[in-house]
Amino acid sequence: MKSFNFHSIKSVKEAQKLASGKSVYLAGGMTTIPAMKHGLASYSDIIDIKNIKDLSGIKVSSKSIRIGAITKHAEVASSKEVRKSISSLALLADGIGDAQVRNRGTIGGSIANNDPTADYPSACLALNATIHTSNRKIHANKFFKDMFETALKKGELIETVEFQIPTKSSYEKFPSPASLYAMVGVYVAKYKSEVIVAVTGAQSVVYRCKEIENALNSNFSASAIDGVKIKSSGLNSDIHASSDYRAHLIKVLAKKAVTGCK
Amino acid sequence: MASLVGSRVERKEDKKFLTGKGRYTADINLANQTYAYFVRSPHARASISKVDVSKASNAPGVVKILTGDDLAEDKIGGLIAGWKIVSQDGTDMKVPAHPPLANNTVNYVGDHVAVVIAETLDQAREAADLVRVDYKVLKAVVKTSDALNSKPIHEGIDKNLCFDWGLGDKSKTDEAFSKAEKIIKIDLVNNRLIPNAMEPRASIGDYNPSSENLTLYTTNQNPHLTRLVLSAFCAIQPEHKFRVVAPDVGGGFGSKIYPYAEDAVIAWTAKKIERPVKWVAERTESFLSDCHGRDHITHAELAVKNDGKIVGLKVETIANLGGYASLFATVTPTYLYGPLVLGLYDIPVAFCNVKAVYTNTTPVDAYRGAGRPEATYMIERLVEKAAKEMGIDRAEFRSKNFISKFPHQQCLVHNIDSGDYSAHLNKALELSDYKNFENRRTESKSKGKLRGIGFSTYLEACGIAPSAVVMSIGAGVGLWESAEIRFNATGNISVFTGTHSHGQGHDTTFAQIVSDKLGVPIENIDLVHGDTDKGPFGMGTYGSRSLAVGGTAITKACDKIIDKGKKVAAHMLEAKPDEIDFKAGEFIVKNSNKKKTIGEIAFACYLPGQYGEIKSPLPEGVEPGLKETAFYDPVNFSFPAGTHICEVEVDQDTGETKVVAYTAVDDFGTVINPMIVEGQVHGGVVQGIGQALYENARYDESGQLITASYMDYTMPRANNLPELRIDYTSTPATSNPLGVKGCGEAGAIAAPPAVMNAVIDAIDIDISMPATSEKVCNALQKNKKNNKEAA
Repeated sequence: MKSFNFHSIKSVKEAQKLASGKSVYLAGGMTTIPAMKHGLASYSDIIDIKNIKDLSGIKVSSKSIRIGAITKHAEVASSKEVRKSISSLALLADGIGDAQVRNRGTIGGSIANNDPTADYPSACLALNATIHTSNRKIHANKFFKDMFETALKKGELIETVEFQIPTKSSYEKFPSPASLYAMVGVYVAKYKSEVIVAVTGAQSVVYRCKEIENALNSNFSASAIDGVKIKSSGLNSDIHASSDYRAHLIKVLAKKAVTGCK
Repeated sequence: MASLVGSRVERKEDKKFLTGKGRYTADINLANQTYAYFVRSPHARASISKVDVSKASNAPGVVKILTGDDLAEDKIGGLIAGWKIVSQDGTDMKVPAHPPLANNTVNYVGDHVAVVIAETLDQAREAADLVRVDYKVLKAVVKTSDALNSKPIHEGIDKNLCFDWGLGDKSKTDEAFSKAEKIIKIDLVNNRLIPNAMEPRASIGDYNPSSENLTLYTTNQNPHLTRLVLSAFCAIQPEHKFRVVAPDVGGGFGSKIYPYAEDAVIAWTAKKIERPVKWVAERTESFLSDCHGRDHITHAELAVKNDGKIVGLKVETIANLGGYASLFATVTPTYLYGPLVLGLYDIPVAFCNVKAVYTNTTPVDAYRGAGRPEATYMIERLVEKAAKEMGIDRAEFRSKNFISKFPHQQCLVHNIDSGDYSAHLNKALELSDYKNFENRRTESKSKGKLRGIGFSTYLEACGIAPSAVVMSIGAGVGLWESAEIRFNATGNISVFTGTHSHGQGHDTTFAQIVSDKLGVPIENIDLVHGDTDKGPFGMGTYGSRSLAVGGTAITKACDKIIDKGKKVAAHMLEAKPDEIDFKAGEFIVKNSNKKKTIGEIAFACYLPGQYGEIKSPLPEGVEPGLKETAFYDPVNFSFPAGTHICEVEVDQDTGETKVVAYTAVDDFGTVINPMIVEGQVHGGVVQGIGQALYENARYDESGQLITASYMDYTMPRANNLPELRIDYTSTPATSNPLGVKGCGEAGAIAAPPAVMNAVIDAIDIDISMPATSEKVCNALQKNKKNNKEAA
């Protein structure tokens, strides 16, 4: 690992002041640190944001849940409020990585990193999330650009993620057997006005599956998905799953999610 | 004192391991130490025109950079294949040179090109980036199935063929097949595995310019043999000035039996620069450069009578050796494989042909079971298929063909001394509740799951091995074992063994034997292993040999102690040696209450003469001291056997397969510590489940290993496993006084066919290992389609 300056800071302002072209914000460090250890990334300055109190915590209103960027997966998983308002979100957090990851990794880190196989991005899309940053509000639909690429500008820091509480919802993941990342993950959320189906792990970036959404909008039942054709072109293909298998899993998991919706 | 043999004594070594006090090679740091980083080939096959170290040499902290040229200049020899195999046509196997640093070619991704020594590890790693190697990339041969039809990767080795070996009587076998009422055929791939010991390999070389002694600390199962190879073949240092220490080692599974290029280079470099040199593998290096396991392609046929009696077996295998022939690479697919293709069945004739080939992949060598898992996978898949095709119950088909009289001379090699195969089969049938399986299948179906059951009744040859036998078939060494019992004056004991414990629990098991034998409390017995300067020469740990061979050597050394003790006791008690009985740590004059404890005798041996109250005379002609050495060369292999029964559930929608029940009933002969043996069975079975469902080393067409991290190479996890039902039957081995047979590899040998037979039973279509979700899902869809078409 190359040497670097380490800054432990207490406010968002301080963070932005230190940010430069060669710096990186460090939350849980679940991706940044391994990447640095493997020599895949190096930075002149590491800005540790874990001690910014304002970025932590969960606030629930009648319509939405706001989760601070440095809130750990384990905190979301065990939050009574989250479990009550959007139980699928708590379950999603409970299924990320392993116990060590869940006790270090943060929601902001996961979203900012935008790993194509991460779980949280699908929750953001499905739950109509708004990402509140140090500079602005970004709707989830416009946040996830491409593999490891987001709408965040250099130095911009995620402060909270606000999820809209659906009527019912469910997340189903088929983990890749080696890494336990989502080979495919399907998040189904039903609102009064629409059904949203977000898929992670299957393409270079999380996306909404319009075919299944259309089917569910007219008939919210697992059987409605039977007739949907999922094209395998454009889906990821790797040693663990071909694009055909992923296409197959999207339907299987979507059906399971619909059945499990609550 | 109650007997300890047979009891669940807690592991003496666990305190240090469970409290983080193990001392592994990477934990050792020496004064003035330097760090090594290897420059490795990024190509599967290339010729090297130039290695330019000029820029790297000037990088900060660099002490030395050494290449294959330096190695050649110092006349350091190459790594060896230690077992000569002779082809069917009478020619010797063909083995390419294997220099520890590449001479002018590299033959797999990860092959060693140069070593950079620097003051810190980071400096070494950064300088390694600056070493410029001019590679001319050549077309790589990657697939096992392509090797024989490809241009040679090594000059002068036609068809990439190391040997074309045959075992058995071909013409008699052909005759049996010509008369067979039914012939069952099978084609199998035994997937390539990466050992993944928890502790990555590491070496530290330490040269003392004053005494001219060289010490190598290394992660090894076999320190004496490593010293022998590095001395006699690599010519790094004469044996008497060379100490090899294998301290705590975190798992080996075979991958740490042999000295590696890194061991040779680190030892040689430390001597050259006269400073300690430390190298610890990164996990990626482990994936790339630890010898891999398995990688066979096999076609086999079974000739059967209509009543289900097997009359003959034919096996043809291509075994992938990788880029070079590693130390035990040639014996693994031959003598550790061929004789075992018969399983535990009474098969009158058989012929086994093995062609071993070179490819531009990581060398393949012994891995937990070494040859025996491959043989067992073949025969157990074949037998299960035969039973199914002939409409005979799988248990009945097997039991009909079991060897039932012992000793039994098999038609290929082994003479099996003891066993009772129906006993473990019957016990396993009961334990697994076989008779109610169909009810469970129906129950699973109601939950949308396909349930299947699979059997594996296996035989292995362990206790490796009688020297005369193995040397007559090509072994470069004998496979005896040594032990030394050293009584200290205060009555406690140091036991030296030439075997090596890297997870097996020898400290406890061997101490149990000595405690029972000599009547000394177990806490007063310490096992010493893994240091060539301490105990006598030994042959290390592999092939489930430590207890059967090493344990017997310890028993024999104990017998010598008792013999000497009797002489001393007789003299002290004014009796004749043959009037002395030894029991539970006491030498007693027959029909009297006159006795001496073994502690008193040890004390007497070290303090002959009179000192105040203490009178400790030794008889005339008896040397002082109480220390005995024994070497034991086994008279035969030992033959553990058992029945494993696996049940799986397959998710019809995703193809995901889960092992939902697993029963193992093994006959390991006498069991010294059932708890430790259970641990060995657990570990082995899990590795076997790993091979069947998850693990698979894969290369792309250019020879890049695409499963070189835990992101891509799937290891079994605790939540993939059911509770294992484990039990034993016992027919003691007659080839050693302990009656033990060995248990370290059984699980990895038995499990893969049990799991795969269960998967195939569930989905009713033949698939290869590993049965990944996608593969199973595709098979189910294919089945659905076929059924539709048929309808």
